[in-house]
Amino acid sequence: MIFVKPNTEKEAVYLLNNSNGISRILGGGTDVLVQMRSGIIEPELIVDIKNIPGIREINEINGGYEIGAAVSGSEFNNYPGLKEFAPGIAEAFDLIGSSQIQGRCTLAGNICNASPAADTAPALSVSKCIVKIVGPNGFREDLVSNIPISPGKNSLKKGEFIKSIIIPKRPPYSSDSYIRFTPRSEMDIAVVSAACFITLDQNKLIKELNISLGAVAPIVVNVTGINELVINNNLNDDLLSQISIICSSSCDPIDDKRGTIEFRSHVAGVLAKRAIILAHSRAGDKIEKIAR
Amino acid sequence: MDQITPKAVKEFKIVGTRPLRPDGIDKVTGKAMYGADLYAPNMLYGCLLRINEPHAFIESINISNAEKLPGVKSIITFKDFLKINPDNKNNPILENCIANEKVLYDGHAIAAIAAVDLNTAKKALKLIKVKYKKLPFVINIEEAMKTGAPIVSVGKKNENIPDGYSDNVIQYCSFGNGNLEDGFKTADKLIKRTFKTPSVHQGYIEPHACLASMSNDGKADLWCCTQGHFNVRSICSNIFKMDNSQLKVTASEIGGGFGGKTTVFIEPIALALSQKSGHPVKIVMSREEVFKATGPTVSSLVDVEIGMKKSGKITAAKAIIRYEGGAFPNETYELGAQSAFASYDLDAVKTEAFNVLTNRPTQAAYRAPGAPQSIYAVESVIDELCQHFNLDPLYVRILNAAKKGTKSSYGPTFDDIGLKATLEAAKDHPHYNAPLKENQGRGISCGFWFNFGGNTCVSLNINFDGTVGVVEGNPDIGGSRSSISQMAAEELGISLDKVKTVIADTNSLGHNDVTDGSRVTFSVGLATIKAAKLAKKELCKRAAKLWGIDEDAVIWKEGYAHPAGANAGNQEPLSLEDIAKVSSQTGGPISGHYEVNAEGAGVSFGVHLVDIETDMETGHSKILRYTVFQDAGKAIHPSYVEGQMQGGSVQGIGWALNEEYIYNHDGKLQNPGFLDYRIPVASDLPMIDPVILEIPNPGHPYGVRGVGETSIVPPLAAINNAVSRATGIRFTELPLSPPRVLKAILNKQ
Repeated sequence: MIFVKPNTEKEAVYLLNNSNGISRILGGGTDVLVQMRSGIIEPELIVDIKNIPGIREINEINGGYEIGAAVSGSEFNNYPGLKEFAPGIAEAFDLIGSSQIQGRCTLAGNICNASPAADTAPALSVSKCIVKIVGPNGFREDLVSNIPISPGKNSLKKGEFIKSIIIPKRPPYSSDSYIRFTPRSEMDIAVVSAACFITLDQNKLIKELNISLGAVAPIVVNVTGINELVINNNLNDDLLSQISIICSSSCDPIDDKRGTIEFRSHVAGVLAKRAIILAHSRAGDKIEKIAR
Repeated sequence: MDQITPKAVKEFKIVGTRPLRPDGIDKVTGKAMYGADLYAPNMLYGCLLRINEPHAFIESINISNAEKLPGVKSIITFKDFLKINPDNKNNPILENCIANEKVLYDGHAIAAIAAVDLNTAKKALKLIKVKYKKLPFVINIEEAMKTGAPIVSVGKKNENIPDGYSDNVIQYCSFGNGNLEDGFKTADKLIKRTFKTPSVHQGYIEPHACLASMSNDGKADLWCCTQGHFNVRSICSNIFKMDNSQLKVTASEIGGGFGGKTTVFIEPIALALSQKSGHPVKIVMSREEVFKATGPTVSSLVDVEIGMKKSGKITAAKAIIRYEGGAFPNETYELGAQSAFASYDLDAVKTEAFNVLTNRPTQAAYRAPGAPQSIYAVESVIDELCQHFNLDPLYVRILNAAKKGTKSSYGPTFDDIGLKATLEAAKDHPHYNAPLKENQGRGISCGFWFNFGGNTCVSLNINFDGTVGVVEGNPDIGGSRSSISQMAAEELGISLDKVKTVIADTNSLGHNDVTDGSRVTFSVGLATIKAAKLAKKELCKRAAKLWGIDEDAVIWKEGYAHPAGANAGNQEPLSLEDIAKVSSQTGGPISGHYEVNAEGAGVSFGVHLVDIETDMETGHSKILRYTVFQDAGKAIHPSYVEGQMQGGSVQGIGWALNEEYIYNHDGKLQNPGFLDYRIPVASDLPMIDPVILEIPNPGHPYGVRGVGETSIVPPLAAINNAVSRATGIRFTELPLSPPRVLKAILNKQ
């Protein structure tokens, strides 16, 4: 096994592109090290990207934020203003692992590991976040939603790695939320999860409402057919139960040790409802704040 | 943190206080030596080849390629053990450590390798070529019992098994008295239900680890993490046909055991690898190995039928208990049958129990082995009857509670027991009448455990500087070193900081039974007090010598020898230190020894109260409040007693809510890790509120009753009853995991 810690993107791409056999990027290492220790993978090359300039930085750009690929959960959640800007993404990121893991885990790693239960995947997808990718053919951008393609597999090509994640600028009176279901209160993995992004107008009418569900299909489910139903409406119980039903029927889960198909589908609808109520109240608070 | 002492008892100075734990600093600073922490010169690393099939016939094991790998020093299979001792073919403990002809469960080991480092050993594992034939398997109790089921092992069935069962049903027992038929006839309501509980693991945080070194002349040293190193010595010296004296076993510090470390899993393997290679060999299990090849407790299928008058009086009770303990089950089924109705004073009662083989890992003891499962079923039916008659569940339990003079359902007649006082304490506690909100339920359950005494040796040595060393032979798993030092200091009348208790290796003391059965603070404490009394007698004798008076004219009082009697004189009292300092001139070092097969441990009862809120949309149950009432006889170190009451409760809560061995259709374990085998985390729980009662045990000089195990018994039914009351649905199967509870809620809607 070769371990390299390059100082430039170019060097990292070169190493990854020219390796034979299994290679892995080391950002936080919270998945890679566990997988190596339990014998799931035996990489021939490990490229630690933490020396690459900018990779551990958070920057405000165009009214949104660019999060370096090696920024940890605790760095993210302690960055002034970020939690208020995207509370749903912050709560999803914060749910990963223990305090110790929080010091290491990264958004890029969570996305590339491509677990159907990844906490940040629905939270980033629902806000239409973008990844910046470097590779042998230069830069490219893609939606976070397009990175995981099946459990444990991602769409990055040979030699490519994620450099940063963009959380785009949001309209006023927007907010987001993320709720997951776990049998335990922490140190657990999502059995079902739901993320919501909502935009209201000054009169609390819904302008946009996106729902993404986690752990109910091989990849994140971006639920369709909701905006048509809710646009220019006030949020009410009837709408919520309709959305809940749509969400439950959008699921394509499996029966496994963590939950049944029936359980996951039902709870997806319940969590979606709760995530909407939370995001809606956050967006509503902004209207009241400005009005004051 | 209340302590309820119903009657004036002996005055204590040190017993009953809460000194800092003597092992605390080393444990939190990483200095404590656990099983994996010892290294020896030229040590090798051992690992085991495990087969991931529930049931297979081993056709061949070819080790020639693995042997050739540089760095590999020894490889063993079951055949090596047959060369060591032909009798090993009939040794189920060994056959569990390493398979003989058949793989009997997913993860059963079939070979082991020792190499210069762990990577080489693991690489070599992959070079062993195994041919095996898959066999039909059986995982589930009900299926295993049916005629025509795949048979796990032939020839184990006892003669008293009733007809109509497969050869997997190997043992049967029954207990009880009175006329059941008449009893059921006089009942106003009969409820009969079938209950299931899953296999659960003890979940100790430290995996099994050992270091073995065997010399060419047949002597051996073994260092391991165990609840009973004398038992390890017996098992291993039997396998290796060694004299007990030639195998020295030293127990490391222990990171939890809960019964799971009362037997051996890797120790004979490390010894054999060491014997063959001529090097010391260390083996440390991975968490996956711990889940697959050690522990769990039995899974159960229990029918309970209880008849009750509308007054709440139980008229008759019956249980049919079926426990599955994997490929080599032990006697847990019998303990389940004996404990099922132990809390009640019944005129007509019967329990029957079956012991069943399956293709699962061999059960190990788990905190009050066998009692939680059967009592879960009994206490759930009693709660349902209380609901039926709209009777207060504590009132009904007080009405039927066993008391002094009750002939228990399993035979013995109870002496002084604390059940009624415990129930009354629960009834008077503010928790019992606190208001509940919507979707909340309150559950209660009684619990029982036998408690044991057993073989125990203690040496108490008085050093020349007046300090005292207590030498005992039971690994300290729940704070026993502190409690034993407290009892020694109390009896001698000296301060606690003068006493240090250590755990001796197997060559330094006579045989001590395993740290189990909640026996240590009781038995070792008893032996320590008696050893201290003998030392005091000797101290008086030495004082008499110094004073030149008759030995009988000296008495020991509060740490000093005093002259007593008319002709004794007016000498200044001599302290223990005064006498110890000059003991070299009065006959040599002073000590006290006591050896006993202790009896009179005294049974233990507990009552738990729990409030739960169930999320009716997800089936998730949250523990809101939890109070434990338990009789400790006398709490030597109340913080440790509370720790036992809280720890057992938490393990029971995990068992009730989420923990279970999950198998897929291939008979393979799906969750051999702490991510998907969900023990509760701290944030899942409120502070468990312990209430210690002290009803002195007449069998112990200070009144001690074992407290380690009873606390895991009531949570299963208490939680089942709370969730049943919160949701309005009676549950009969654990765990009450969100998918199971939600399904029941949706079915009801």
